[in-house]
Amino acid sequence: MELQEEILSVLSENARLTIEQISHIVNQPEDKVRETIALLEKKQAIIAYQCVIDWKKIGKQKVRALIDVQVTPQQAHGFDVIAKRIAMYNEVVNVYLMSGAYDLSITLEVDSLEAVGLFVTEKLAPLDFVVNTRTHFILKKYKEADVLLDTDGPDNRLHIAP
Amino acid sequence: MDLESKLSPIVRDMAPSGIRRFFDLVNQIPDAISLGVGEPDFVTPYHIRKTVTDSLEHGPTSYTSNQGLPELLSAVSEYLRKRFDLSYHPETEIITTFGGSEAIDLALRALICPGDEVMVVEPSYVSYEPCVVLAGGIPVPVATHAKEGFKLRVEDLERCVTPKTKALIISFPNNPTGAIMTAEDYTPIVEFVKKHELIVISDEIYAELTYKNKNHVSIASFDGMKDHTILINGFSKSFAMTGWRIGFIAAPEILWRGMLKIHQYTALCAPRMSQIAALEALQNGLQECLNMKQQYDRRRRFVVHSLSEMGLTCMEPEGAFYVFPSITSTGLDAESFAEQLLLEEGVAVVPGGVFGPSGTEHIRCSYATSLERLDEAMKRMKRFVEKKRQTNKEHYLQLG
Repeated sequence: MELQEEILSVLSENARLTIEQISHIVNQPEDKVRETIALLEKKQAIIAYQCVIDWKKIGKQKVRALIDVQVTPQQAHGFDVIAKRIAMYNEVVNVYLMSGAYDLSITLEVDSLEAVGLFVTEKLAPLDFVVNTRTHFILKKYKEADVLLDTDGPDNRLHIAP
Repeated sequence: MDLESKLSPIVRDMAPSGIRRFFDLVNQIPDAISLGVGEPDFVTPYHIRKTVTDSLEHGPTSYTSNQGLPELLSAVSEYLRKRFDLSYHPETEIITTFGGSEAIDLALRALICPGDEVMVVEPSYVSYEPCVVLAGGIPVPVATHAKEGFKLRVEDLERCVTPKTKALIISFPNNPTGAIMTAEDYTPIVEFVKKHELIVISDEIYAELTYKNKNHVSIASFDGMKDHTILINGFSKSFAMTGWRIGFIAAPEILWRGMLKIHQYTALCAPRMSQIAALEALQNGLQECLNMKQQYDRRRRFVVHSLSEMGLTCMEPEGAFYVFPSITSTGLDAESFAEQLLLEEGVAVVPGGVFGPSGTEHIRCSYATSLERLDEAMKRMKRFVEKKRQTNKEHYLQLG
């Protein structure tokens, strides 16, 4: 695997690894790893370093909702202006242009069910290009960002095996 | 009644595995990070499990033929041809077994007469020597050496061969050393085997786990060597399927026929559901096998680097999922090193002497564990090694 791809693959699994650790894993000098990561950041192949969180483990209730949005595309700008406009809201964590009956799919993360309702009725629906919306609440998460949740059972292998 | 006297003397006098004492010790420390596990940390890929649950819901649950399901035997034959350039007839040269372990036993029992000598390359997996003894043979250890990267050398074989030698057990990629044998390494061994008309029992259970773009070479692939080889392989390590107990043996028809007799009387057939899992693994699981290998390779590089940094001499392993560093620089023997490391830092490794006398100055660390845990284990081990070196130094200063 090429070095850039290898580093991205390693980081996609664990972004907390230090340069030193990554250099051991990919078997390249630290300077080279540091340079490669800087380059990947510069060209935004690495967009951000984030953490996959299960908020309920610290007693925090976060409500996530997926909202399908049907819009009237703007002349000359198509969907881009609308999508970027909606993406400006802090509560919105993802915005995608979709195929199918609805045009945009947005993911909302807020503190309560009421806040979802308020967002849709007071922020989203009043936008004059929004034609229709359909809201789905996430009831339970099983897999997030490629990680299976609540499967962290004990390692059932024998402690020592030949 | 004296039950002890009822036991066969061979079994009664057999020493329990050296790993046992350590196993009991580790069990007393529940939070230990164990680098002592000789099996993958991955679970069997989902599609393999699903195929089996579907089959259990709808399919037959009866015995299969002694040698196994015809589709599986064909798939094994095809796999051996494609991956390792080997030619075995599915109907007359392959048997599916209860893991590699049954295969080892079958091979030895089919070959050995009382008093026959079997050369066993060491350090190696703990079962070979006891299985030779149980089959009535005499195991003759053939040492491999750290300075030669634990590769098998013909000079060492020449020293051990006698007119009574019938077979040679090899296992490359090797547990515990991680050594592999290249075609070049094997060339003189092949000549030796032919010259002495030996049978090689080649345990190639780690064949899929080789690194640095070095593909596994089977000794059976050399010209004329098929007639000299009983090949053992399986699914445990390559497809993370240890608990399924499914492996296979491939050998020329005459040997195959002999082993099949034992298998049909003692095992009848490998479990049908495990055979179904194995078939799915061969048909659709090779990509997962490569993905797991990539993960092992990352961990391998990380651990080798970490061990070298803490000053433990460590040959770079090119296969399996073990590193086998020397711990002599700490002033401790391997048993004490492993025991103190466990008690003081909560990290379990296996003292190398368990795998044969050539391993007594080494410890086996398995990197079939997540990078996060390996990282923590390496930090603890570094702290431990520094502390021991310091103690050692102070000890010598006092003596001085």
